Amino acid sequence: MQESQPILGASPLRKEGRAKVLGAARYIDDITLPGMWHGATVRSSIARGTIRSITFDPAIDWPQFTIVRATDIPGENTIVHLTKDHPCLADPHINHPNEPILLLAHPDKTALIAAVKGVKIEYDELPGVFTIEDSEAAVENEDAARIIWPGSDAGGTANCFKQYLMYTGDKDEAEAGINAAFEAADFVVEGEYSTGAQEQLYIENNGVIAECFRDALGAIESVCVRGSMQCPYYLVHALTLVFNLPEDKCRVIQVETGGAFGGKEDFPSVIGSHAALLAMKCGHPVKIVYDRAEDMAATTKRHPSRTRHRTAVSKDGRLLAGTIDIAIDGGAYATLSPVVLSRATIHAPGPYKWPHLRVRAKAMATNIPPHGAFRGFGAPQSLFALERHMDKVAQAVGLSAEELRRRNFLATGDCTATGQLLSEPVDMQHLLTRALADSGYHEKLARFEEENKTSSIKRGVGFAAFMHGTGFTGSGERRLNSLVHVDILEDGRPCILVSSTEFGQGTNTILSQVAAQTLRMPYESIVVAQPDTSVVPNSGPTVASRTAMIVGKLVERACEKTLATLRESEGLPEDFTPQQFTAATLAYRAKHGSLRSSVRYEPVAKIYWDDDLYRGDAYPGYAWAVYVAEVAVDMNTYMATCTRFDALQEVGKVMHPVLAKGQIEGGVAQGIGYALYEKCVWQNGHMANNQMTNYIMPTSADLPPIHVHFEETPCIHGPGGAKGIGELPMDGPAPAILNAIENATGMSFTAIPLLPEDIFERVTAMKNAGSEALNPGVDLDTESEVTA
Amino acid sequence: MSKINLRVNGESQSIDVPPMKRLLDVLREDLHLTGTKEGCGEGECGACAVLMNGELVNSCLIPALQASGATLCTIEGVAQNNTLHPIQQCFLERGGAQCGICTPGMILATHHLLDKYPDPTMEQIQEGLAGNLCRCTGYMRIFESVKKAAEVRATT
Repeated sequence: MQESQPILGASPLRKEGRAKVLGAARYIDDITLPGMWHGATVRSSIARGTIRSITFDPAIDWPQFTIVRATDIPGENTIVHLTKDHPCLADPHINHPNEPILLLAHPDKTALIAAVKGVKIEYDELPGVFTIEDSEAAVENEDAARIIWPGSDAGGTANCFKQYLMYTGDKDEAEAGINAAFEAADFVVEGEYSTGAQEQLYIENNGVIAECFRDALGAIESVCVRGSMQCPYYLVHALTLVFNLPEDKCRVIQVETGGAFGGKEDFPSVIGSHAALLAMKCGHPVKIVYDRAEDMAATTKRHPSRTRHRTAVSKDGRLLAGTIDIAIDGGAYATLSPVVLSRATIHAPGPYKWPHLRVRAKAMATNIPPHGAFRGFGAPQSLFALERHMDKVAQAVGLSAEELRRRNFLATGDCTATGQLLSEPVDMQHLLTRALADSGYHEKLARFEEENKTSSIKRGVGFAAFMHGTGFTGSGERRLNSLVHVDILEDGRPCILVSSTEFGQGTNTILSQVAAQTLRMPYESIVVAQPDTSVVPNSGPTVASRTAMIVGKLVERACEKTLATLRESEGLPEDFTPQQFTAATLAYRAKHGSLRSSVRYEPVAKIYWDDDLYRGDAYPGYAWAVYVAEVAVDMNTYMATCTRFDALQEVGKVMHPVLAKGQIEGGVAQGIGYALYEKCVWQNGHMANNQMTNYIMPTSADLPPIHVHFEETPCIHGPGGAKGIGELPMDGPAPAILNAIENATGMSFTAIPLLPEDIFERVTAMKNAGSEALNPGVDLDTESEVTA
Repeated sequence: MSKINLRVNGESQSIDVPPMKRLLDVLREDLHLTGTKEGCGEGECGACAVLMNGELVNSCLIPALQASGATLCTIEGVAQNNTLHPIQQCFLERGGAQCGICTPGMILATHHLLDKYPDPTMEQIQEGLAGNLCRCTGYMRIFESVKKAAEVRATT
């Protein structure tokens, strides 16, 4: 019956697209409430210490301003994520540069600039810790002066927010297996890989407008925050603690959001709480919209990482055992680091069979603004390490990059490193074959080798094979217990009520397609309610590539429930027209007043995860991919450029080909930026290049043609067979590009971002650099960790 | 305060503003044309791009005084009588708009590009839009939108 309306798999117009191309879509900075004031944040100028004094420049007419201090907070001084270590306003301890200390509000936005400068803060400074290594050293040396985070009730130890230890199977057996394998292996290959911080760089900065309502006696009754965000209910939770109010008195409304990529997952809890505190104290609605410099200096970025691999491999290229040690830099507070680390840990083994494996992972504290969610959420870091390392293993064994992977790929019926049985079809062999053919990999490999002999432009090809889990890790979806409503409006149109938000990825559109397909109604007739927590239920956060598969499935089930209701109550036939459907809904409404179908996430019985052992079914489904990069490295300018990109992925049913391609292309572009362009320059914990002028993201002139190819193997857990795709494209580009650069130049780079100056340094420091040598005395041939 | 006369989307406007107020803020705050967006405030991202006397400019870098006497076209002036301009229609159909925040500037940049090169090469498109940053699309859908818009323009 679903063949009659194949809207799922078609590419209808984006639901809110017309408003966007007209410039009529209303983002937070386009909204003005009556009597609205503007807010600003006074931030720390130091990385670590305590506040000694705060004084106010007498040249400023302070009574015109509302000033909020930590002592004004009616509830707890915390921004809650997984723990409560993160204060809403620093008092008196400072743990990172640009930490919020005071909040100011004024009717005139321009008056705030001088006022922020007019607040003088004196500090007693303490030594800061700015790298993973310094943070580790403080723990090892028991250097109490540099223990910057003490541990918390919710877990974690000195300077370490979270650790995981993951084994294939029983710990003792795995350790014994690892030891035996390393003893007997033909080759042991070691490598260390690192990745830098990355700014989400949504083009719309963080912004909110808050209101505070009081009862007749002047007591705070409720707060309401509108803003640019991914997860309205996260902000509700944060507000309940800051204001000591029940959930239903903390209303949050998402308005049109100009990009997010994870950068508006956890941070809106901070700016939203701040604006609400100012609204509480000044008695007016208060808008806070950051400018670019403040947004880049003070908000979250992708966690920097360091990953060490040690791999035992046989001479025929079978992986025998491995140890993987991951460390990520969490910044000054725990925020989401434990869950980012979890995804990094589970993705670290990649799409390979490991007879014996140990993954140790830790999130370290530094005096840098907290790192947070960014598309991929830990997986890009550990997959960069893995897929660079696999090329190294192949070289050590003397196999091609392709053949080494072919001998170790997971396949249908195998178990992943966490012990998850891959019962649904997985065909990495075919994906690799097709990706290499689509991209002309073999032909180029041969051709470039010839051409490079006589050219100063060295060209190369490389690839990465990987997967990305859909939805919350482990038992996360059980805990979220998401709820979705589908209502029938007065005029008979179906309306989807979810807290899942649209920020460009297509939530409104794909969920409408699911509803249209299931209800067999025109796509245009489907309404998506604005995410307003006073109206929509908590369908979970809009993160983790979960919207299409998890929330989409709930929408499908809710629509099926509506049909069942109408069949039973109104005699709607098995086969019906949209007119019959509408007539039945209106008849039902006339009798009962309303028609709402609500469904909750139902745990799939066979999906089980053990949080203590870190074993089980890590994700309900995985998207699988092979990405191929072609590069050109100019040996005169040392500039590496990606000249063509091929992205092949198996993502279940492709719900909307145009949106899906857009998701992959956008993610690949961010991945190319991650690999070759985007560098956060840190100076004592402060981002020194917090401007678009000197933090370089790819422009339209920088990107190569990106060819997107899909394989569709329907997944039973998603609506119409769909799986998640949002984060997947962030994982593959960086390792594929650095593999291609090694193919082009013979130089193995292990850190991103890889900028021309890094290539310059390597080339000019090589033994045969000749007159270009910077320091001819240094022997740099120290990369021989391969032992036979 | 200075008296500034402007012609915006075909309408004459006369306003009193500080002479150094950014044209971006004049449009958004004084004329309530919020379709023009601020992304970076330093002329890097192009979200605030408008056409001033037919040239593509970043309105965050233009002081009000400099715009005095100018003819401006903002995103609000692109559609006629609520009918999408072919460029807008192509962006809508081809996935050229995702989050939408760069879209107004991108559409005006496309407008400018197609005036200059009615049948643009890929290189001309890439160069012509290089001052307008998009973080969502990876630009591929935007290139398709522009190519399609050029085709539509050639046939009408």
